[in-house]
Amino acid sequence: MADVAIPRAKPQMSEASAWTQLKHNRNWLGFWFMVPAMAFLIFFLAYPLGLGIWLSFTDTRIGRVGHFVATENYEWLWDDSIFWLSVFNTLLYTFVASALKFAIGLYLALLLNENMPFKAMLRAMVLIPFIVPTVLSALAFWWIFDSQFSIISWSLKHLGLINQNINFLGDTTWARICVIFANIWRGVPFVAITLLAGLQTVSPSLYEAATLDGATRWQNFRYITYPLLTPIIAVVMTFSVLFTFTDFQLIWAMTRGGPVNATHLMATLSYQRAIIAGQLGEGAAISSAMIPFLLAAIMVSWFGLQRRKWQQGESND
Amino acid sequence: MSSVQIRDVRKSFGHFEVLHGVTIPIEDGQFVVLVGPSGCGKSTLLRMLAGLENITSGTISIGDRVVNNVQPKERDIAMVFQNYALYPHMTVADNMGFSLKLRNAGSDEINKRVKRAAEILALSPLLDRYPRQLSGGQRQRVAMGRAIVRDPQVFLFDEPLSNLDAKLRVAMRTEIKELHQRLKTTTVYVTHDQIEAMTMADKIVVMHDGIVEQMGTPLELYDKPENQFVAGFIGSPAMNFLKGHVRVNGAATFEGPNGVKLPLKTAPTASDGRPAVYGVRPEHFTIADDGAEAEIIVVEPTGSETQVFAKLGGEQVVAVFRERHQFNPGDKVRLKPDPSLVHLFDDATGKRMNA
Repeated sequence: MADVAIPRAKPQMSEASAWTQLKHNRNWLGFWFMVPAMAFLIFFLAYPLGLGIWLSFTDTRIGRVGHFVATENYEWLWDDSIFWLSVFNTLLYTFVASALKFAIGLYLALLLNENMPFKAMLRAMVLIPFIVPTVLSALAFWWIFDSQFSIISWSLKHLGLINQNINFLGDTTWARICVIFANIWRGVPFVAITLLAGLQTVSPSLYEAATLDGATRWQNFRYITYPLLTPIIAVVMTFSVLFTFTDFQLIWAMTRGGPVNATHLMATLSYQRAIIAGQLGEGAAISSAMIPFLLAAIMVSWFGLQRRKWQQGESND
Repeated sequence: MSSVQIRDVRKSFGHFEVLHGVTIPIEDGQFVVLVGPSGCGKSTLLRMLAGLENITSGTISIGDRVVNNVQPKERDIAMVFQNYALYPHMTVADNMGFSLKLRNAGSDEINKRVKRAAEILALSPLLDRYPRQLSGGQRQRVAMGRAIVRDPQVFLFDEPLSNLDAKLRVAMRTEIKELHQRLKTTTVYVTHDQIEAMTMADKIVVMHDGIVEQMGTPLELYDKPENQFVAGFIGSPAMNFLKGHVRVNGAATFEGPNGVKLPLKTAPTASDGRPAVYGVRPEHFTIADDGAEAEIIVVEPTGSETQVFAKLGGEQVVAVFRERHQFNPGDKVRLKPDPSLVHLFDDATGKRMNA
């Protein structure tokens, strides 16, 4: 049968033109479906990224085409204490804010996963900080932490705990605490809601089985909830770290990097040098210096995200 | 091992009562099957026994101890869930040893007991696998292994076979029964499948709408159902019911639909003219010259037996024959119920009338 069928099929094949073949080629069709997304990514992501890296190797200023200066910008930065301060600030900001966002977010998620009255409403309320535009909430915090009109200072004074206003955004330590606090306030809903979604995928019968096996509430969390939640924790914390590390809006609206550069992050410093001061090359170099840190964060999550052994293997039913 | 006493147990969710006073004595080592249609409260009762649901009123005791307010982990029971509830991130060995680990048993002790349970269930080669890598039947066995390892007072099974295909279900049924014969641990098993109940149980408890309809050995329930519900629930194909009246003039007979005369061995006392329901199991029909005339509608041969659907007095009945009759749709046959195996139920209450 096969011997007969093959020669018969041949002439049909050669009759089809190259164009007809192409029309029926799924890869070709697939390519065209991908083009819009690819174009979007190339123009708005790959191109700016490449341009930024290129600019960091030039002495471009606003209004003047730059020349290639090799690593001169980076050499300058290496000896720039403000740059190193911003690196320190960024790491501190990212580390403290992400850790607290994770802790508070997980706690909230566990709380919201319990059966309680007004559950749906509480869940919706948790999202509020997330919906408010960043700049708006930053402005609100700006007022809350204002040196003269701060509601916190006012309340504490009326409670008799302090007798003069706290200079929240004017003191280096306080300013750092304040921006980190604002970032946490804004970032917790994302972590909480995502972890809550993860919690809800855990079958309740697992907890029942564990309870019958003799697990306490803590053991339920330690041996069931936490291990089952690790994949989603890896995803949510990667995003959280990336967003926090590259944060710009909140800082710029609240402190503009002050006081004395105490809250300057790499992103705000880059903006200040590139746009405000017009040194595009140097600003680009600061931005590009963030890349290794971000890559490192992504690598960590890459290994964290890798399918764990228990998630592998096909099911037979 | 322990006996279990369920005394006048009620359960309400809000104002809605789902169990209306259930009393079930379970002897030490007995295999008791709670069976009933969905929504009858059997799973709720099992979960109350496990301590996963509160008891609204009444008492449940395991051994000599009333466990109403005892935490699930202190009740010394093990449960096999319908979806097995295996911990997906633990290997088979860790799944089985989890309860021992929580009780701070030494790793030697855990290994020993897990190994023994794995041998009983033929799971030894699978101990390092994760649940995802197992077939349905293997997962089922791991779930049982998790229960065995603990050597509990009572095993609870919540519809453990309903996620398996038909063939595997039959095999696992035998395996569970064999396991019980070996371990002799008191077992409470919930199912909606009366075949499972009949084949596995020492004692069947038929539940319906939050009450116990009847309890007894499988054959007691089959031979002497106390009411029409149990009669219809136990046995497959289900018992035929024909409405009519008892007639006692000389020999007792039953006047079925459209005046069809059906035989009765004896009439219950003072029952002449009483409206009643005549129950006859499909396997208790014979073809006889003095039978009632029926018209065949459908014939379903299964090889070992032949199921015949026919119209008797205008009502559809089903009869099962071991012999291979050559029937065709439209044929007239004379069906005769075996009078000594006929059941008679009160038309109003559904209670059994004959002895």
